[in-house]
Amino acid sequence: MTRHATKFEADVNTQALNIPAQSTKDAQPEAASGDMIVKLSDVRRSFGDTPAIDMVSLSVKRGEILGIIGRSGAGKSTLIRCLNGLERPDSGSIQVEGLEITSLDERRLQPVRRRIGMIFQHFNLLSAKTVEDNIALPLKIEGQSRAQRKKRVAELLELVGLSDKAKHYPAQLSGGQKQRVGIARALAAKPSLLLSDEATSALDPETTRSILALLKDINRQLGLTILLITHEMEVIRRVADRVIVLDRGRIVEEGPVWQVFANPAAETTKSLLQVLTPELPPTLRERLNPASGDDAVVKVQLSGEAARRPFLAELIGARLLHGGIDTVQGEPVGTLFLGIPAHDKAALEKAVQYLKSNADHVEVLGYVSGDA
Amino acid sequence: MSQAMLDLLWRSFWETITMTGFSGLISLVAGLPLALILILTDRGGLAENLWINRSLGAVINGFRSVPFIILLVALIPVTRFIVGTSLGTWASIVPLSIAATPYYARIAEVSLREVDRGLIEAARAMGATRWTIIREVLVPEAMPSLVAGFTVTLVTLVGASAMAGAIGAGGLGDLAIRYGYQRFETEIMVAVVAILIVLVSGVQWIGDRLVERLDHRIVKR
Repeated sequence: MTRHATKFEADVNTQALNIPAQSTKDAQPEAASGDMIVKLSDVRRSFGDTPAIDMVSLSVKRGEILGIIGRSGAGKSTLIRCLNGLERPDSGSIQVEGLEITSLDERRLQPVRRRIGMIFQHFNLLSAKTVEDNIALPLKIEGQSRAQRKKRVAELLELVGLSDKAKHYPAQLSGGQKQRVGIARALAAKPSLLLSDEATSALDPETTRSILALLKDINRQLGLTILLITHEMEVIRRVADRVIVLDRGRIVEEGPVWQVFANPAAETTKSLLQVLTPELPPTLRERLNPASGDDAVVKVQLSGEAARRPFLAELIGARLLHGGIDTVQGEPVGTLFLGIPAHDKAALEKAVQYLKSNADHVEVLGYVSGDA
Repeated sequence: MSQAMLDLLWRSFWETITMTGFSGLISLVAGLPLALILILTDRGGLAENLWINRSLGAVINGFRSVPFIILLVALIPVTRFIVGTSLGTWASIVPLSIAATPYYARIAEVSLREVDRGLIEAARAMGATRWTIIREVLVPEAMPSLVAGFTVTLVTLVGASAMAGAIGAGGLGDLAIRYGYQRFETEIMVAVVAILIVLVSGVQWIGDRLVERLDHRIVKR
């Protein structure tokens, strides 16, 4: 596979000299510090009186997958469209590869857009063109010859695994195949940034996984920077390196995915995470007594180093009631519900203290009697 | 039916074909760009210019509100200026085209407006120029609907060309009025109506097949 960032190779190499040797664990191309592909400062965009995005500042590092998550109406779509000038901010600065784009007119935005690929929730493939003609469109826009286009399209079809569908029309493809065509088309002109606008939201879970795996592959193989917006934490969990949580147009939380998953600070993040974090089973929750019982039910959230230690062994009589540990970006992140004997208050207190010193978050939910 | 009558039918048939064909072609060539201008200059369009949009819209509405039979007479000086005469088949093509162009422009406008905005957005995101968007997205995506609309226009023109008989344009309609209606020759009337039915059905059939062939939005079995 050929290198993707052609125009900026020199740039990347200079940067590479300045960064220390990469850890061997991390296979993906680490973003060089200071090598920002996109930089937004205090961007604001309103529709009528309500701001869609409000004083948003963020950077996208070269080579990373940045996920922006928020509920519908949080301003994600407006934000992602600001990056290629499909949407104009009312104020603030947007730099793409060092170029301020807010002041560019439509004509001067065109070359910038050719450096940015975009995929969409509803694929937005041209129904009147075959798969190969759809993929070739960005190349045609660039002014490539028929022969050049044909060669590149064949490469791209191979990359997304649709070589046998070149002459098909989009209507003849499944949703997952359509999105693969969308991805091939977005990559055609060798962009330095890929924008993904809810690219998996119209797909079933299995197809979603295969599309996300493809995006991750592309990120690794081509070193392509990806910015994706979604309302599903599952998408963030599977592909993103870093996550930004957007709520009513404002950034409420930001950080490496596993850290945000382990320690969500904002309410929005917690509620978005709810679908992924284990919950106390209803049968147990109904029997909870807030004051007393045979066993205390303790919710323990843990991540990283703490989750690797055999700390449960230290808790005498503790039982695992429910929960699980997941791997996010190679880091363990989990929520456990433990039943700890509660007749000896001092021992319980000691156990809780012990847990607190090991886990990210410990909470005594209540007590149950009898078989938990 | 006498040989003379058959010759007359045949000649009238070709006059109708000529009038419909030429004015149809002109309305297509002139109406489609007008429709594009309407779409592009509209609010939120690729070349928003409300002044042009409203003015053009008003002119189109103006022409469309005048009954064709009035337009036919009102345009006599224009026709005489362009063709040299205001009589005959060729002369009638001028008012027919002028009536059909705004008609098709409005039909084509609807077709173009129905192109998924997401597709235009995708093309813009690729860095396409306006001209590329028109050529690669707007027109090809609207094509089945544009063809269907053109079929409607042609069928309407077959009907309108009958009225052009009032300025001596000839054609099947004229024949039906002069021989079938005014001279009570029922045979001619029936023959003309039969030919028109076949003609209209034929145009519609060809249009439908073409649309079917152009439309890739649904999977064909």
